[in-house]
Amino acid sequence: MIEVQHLTKRYGRVTAVDDVSFRVERGEILGFLGPNGAGKTTTMRILTGYMPATDGKAIVAGFDVFDQPIEAKRRTGYLPETPPLYPDMSVIEYLEFVAKIKGVPSNERSSRIRQVMQRTRIDDVASRQCAKLSKGYRQRVGLAQAILHNPDVLILDEPTAGLDPKQIIETRELIKELAGDHTIILSTHILPEVSQTCQRVVIINKGRVVAVDTPDNLTARLRGSETLFVQVDAGGADAAGALGHIPGVTRVAESERRNGVVGYEVDSETGRDVRRDLARTIVSSGWGLLELRPMRMSLEEIFLSLTTDETAAAAKEETAVLEEGPNA
Amino acid sequence: MRNILAIASKELKSYFSSPIGWILLGFWALLYGYFFVAILNFFVRQSMQMSQFGQAGPQAMNVNQQLLRPLIAQNLPILVLFLLPAVTMRTYSEERRSGTIELLLTSPLTDFQIIMGKFLGAMALYGAMLAVTLIHVALLFVYGRPEWKPIVTVYLGLLLLGGCFISVGLFISSLTKNQIVAFVATFATFLMLWVITWIGSFSGPTVDRLTQYLSIIGHFDDFGKGVLDTTHLIYYISFITFGLFLTAKSVDSERWRG
Repeated sequence: MIEVQHLTKRYGRVTAVDDVSFRVERGEILGFLGPNGAGKTTTMRILTGYMPATDGKAIVAGFDVFDQPIEAKRRTGYLPETPPLYPDMSVIEYLEFVAKIKGVPSNERSSRIRQVMQRTRIDDVASRQCAKLSKGYRQRVGLAQAILHNPDVLILDEPTAGLDPKQIIETRELIKELAGDHTIILSTHILPEVSQTCQRVVIINKGRVVAVDTPDNLTARLRGSETLFVQVDAGGADAAGALGHIPGVTRVAESERRNGVVGYEVDSETGRDVRRDLARTIVSSGWGLLELRPMRMSLEEIFLSLTTDETAAAAKEETAVLEEGPNA
Repeated sequence: MRNILAIASKELKSYFSSPIGWILLGFWALLYGYFFVAILNFFVRQSMQMSQFGQAGPQAMNVNQQLLRPLIAQNLPILVLFLLPAVTMRTYSEERRSGTIELLLTSPLTDFQIIMGKFLGAMALYGAMLAVTLIHVALLFVYGRPEWKPIVTVYLGLLLLGGCFISVGLFISSLTKNQIVAFVATFATFLMLWVITWIGSFSGPTVDRLTQYLSIIGHFDDFGKGVLDTTHLIYYISFITFGLFLTAKSVDSERWRG
């Protein structure tokens, strides 16, 4: 439904988006994840035809956004970071105007507007001026605007930013509901949002794609091997040796020690569950098993490891250059 | 065309849902009314004096020459100079400031449709302003017998003159997010074009002819006299086209720069 190939956008000497490629299938929700200034908004703006790319290709709903922008735009709904509302218009006037310019046929307009207002729960503010809406309502009117012409593709730039927790949940539910008939790209820097709503994640940092996968796979891939955390009260005995001899265990590392209670990180071969053996060994040795849990890397950790590794490397490069500077 | 009209009607509505439209229309009517009263008084006094000198009645003075020409062909353009920059100052600036430009540029509209819509919307407000002045002209028809043909040409001239202000005003508004900057720059541009002939008179014949041609108000004079000259028509129409062309280029380059 959406295909992005080698997309690059430069502003003068700054490269905002650097050789980004990904695909989104029909009906899928793709999460676009990255720190602020990573190039999420720029990529979305290119996809919606707001700005052209310096290089590369983007195909939305079967139309190239550069060669056939009108056709592509007709099939795209877009909610920018700040909902594009006209402060002087009432909500209903605004939606009528949007329906007109998005090409909703005049005989369907009022029924379509009513439907969308119900769906986004804004019918109670229909005649209120846009300028006087709360942040939550603004966001929802923005969403109503995006789905008004029933587009194949929905591009939402931080749809839950600035909402209260209840509204965030409602909006996420709404987005999930919409996923059936629409293909959705949503950007966010809130991680739980991605694992809750998206089927696939693109992690982007400094304009580059650092990972594309499902939230679950990403977690698994980054773990590499399974890691368990075990807390043992061995009364001073060396539990690490005993644990290391269990078949399947590849590494035992002490991670904390407090009043004779020792915490270990136990790595095991992927796909082999060693929890039973671990427990049996500890209990049969007469030690106390205080805690045993899998150490799952949360999306936060994945995100940080993906995005900070690179920053660290880049920082290193920079200092290297600085150090070489005077000699060169 | 449907899209152009949708934008145009949105523009026109937005003038009147904010104070701008009302303030412009109100002050325009007030100032124009003041000019009308002042010139009418002068006209009436002069006619009385002439009739006292034993000449014919008030009708002997030419309403077109002595009243309508100073009023519409000489005073109205000054009002246009001062007030029209306010008509266009917000057209693009406001959209860019509030982010609604993203809605327009990601909707299935061409740049041409957006620009023409905005141009026609502003022209419609200007048309409403001109319509107010027609009330006074109509009064003159009730009490006198003015010639209608020069009135038609002068209003055509006013429409063209206003079109120039609006097209270039759109361009200037597309360059900035700040309405005040847009207003001042538009006003300064047209004031410059208004007085450009001043340097022509002592800078040699070539410069003189050039400045005469560039003068935005120099071309207006003939419309006021009831003369339709294609030179002037071409000047104004190409001026408007050029302004709209610059707007299109500016909007397009804004896209690239982001």
